[in-house]
Amino acid sequence: MEQYLNLAIRAIFVENLALAFFLGMCSFLACSKKVNTAIGLGTAVIFVQTVTVPMNNLIYNRLLSEGAMTWISPALAGYDLSFLGFLCYIGTIAATVQIVEMTLDRYFPALYAALGVFLPLIAVNCAILGGSLFMVERTYTLNESMVFGFGSGIGWALAIIALASIRERLQYSNIPLGLRGLGMTFILSGLMAIGFMSFGGIQL
Amino acid sequence: MTATHTKTLLDPLFESNPIALQVLGICSALAVTSKLETALVMCVAVISVLALSNLSISLLRNLIPNNVRIIVQLTIIASLVIMTDQVLKAYVYEISKQLSVFVGLIITNCIIMGRAEAYAMQNGPLDSLLDGIGNGVGYSVVLMATAFLRELLAQGSVFGTVVLPKVQDGGWYSPNGLLGVPAGAFFIIGLFIWALRSWKTDQVEAEG
Repeated sequence: MEQYLNLAIRAIFVENLALAFFLGMCSFLACSKKVNTAIGLGTAVIFVQTVTVPMNNLIYNRLLSEGAMTWISPALAGYDLSFLGFLCYIGTIAATVQIVEMTLDRYFPALYAALGVFLPLIAVNCAILGGSLFMVERTYTLNESMVFGFGSGIGWALAIIALASIRERLQYSNIPLGLRGLGMTFILSGLMAIGFMSFGGIQL
Repeated sequence: MTATHTKTLLDPLFESNPIALQVLGICSALAVTSKLETALVMCVAVISVLALSNLSISLLRNLIPNNVRIIVQLTIIASLVIMTDQVLKAYVYEISKQLSVFVGLIITNCIIMGRAEAYAMQNGPLDSLLDGIGNGVGYSVVLMATAFLRELLAQGSVFGTVVLPKVQDGGWYSPNGLLGVPAGAFFIIGLFIWALRSWKTDQVEAEG
């Protein structure tokens, strides 16, 4: 149990997808003008990340990696399909996003309306694909990948909500002309990344 | 090569730079720039994927049904990225290891999807190819400049060759560790955007 807790804390704070690995930067910078949209996008990311990382873990360990298909038939033991990885992960992600969208639309219309345009956007958010690729590179087990998916989603959501709150306050500040908007957001994210670096000292 | 072709090719360098103005493809711009070598390999990979994906999507644009176009585009891009990844693993294995997941992340690099959607779906193959190369180079300019500053100031070297001898090796340069860590990249790109917008003032964002 303790190792899962450690993994979750590491995924949320120490190895924050947005501020330590720069994943999902496009939507991180573009959708962080208002706290409400940030919360919507953050929730959607947590949700999709929790579903897709374990799913891709299953695909990798049961179908793609070398000798993974032995469970279907011993004759398939010699195949190594891991080069198809990218194509499968992105397919899974796009399909999951689509399914999540339809399910929410049917059963939770309020949540669906709140997330709105962000759900489809998530299919091309690199934090999601990055999460799956890190899972493969670090050879997480199925349980670990569930924890990692959930934790990294929370970490990303935390970062974008924090950035949006700061940007809302900044509207009343007098920023040099050329730095307004994008430039300032970069420098802000840099300062936040330094803040998050202090979690690096935590020994887990 | 007509004037419009030159414009298609050169505009993305400074007039509509994908990173500084269009806010596309930021993720990799920050992550791979701690060393010039990895940045260079990343730039080459992105330029080739971008040019080829723009070309092939533009060739297929009249055959792709509109409501499944995103999936089709993603499949084309993912296949190109798999090819690039295999080539990198075969010829520059060490660097490909250092780039780790970021080669795969070219698939979701918004520059590629963005240009496919915004340009290649509406324009002919030649224009799309040029647009792809232009945007790739525009992306590379920012990436290389960032990587140059970061490697020079954080490690005192350029392409691994020592330019500023470090104090701990008996030289005089005391390295700036801040630029070596992720946060440094944010500051450099922020300042780069500031410089670019002070030069081309029409790119300044309206306060809103």
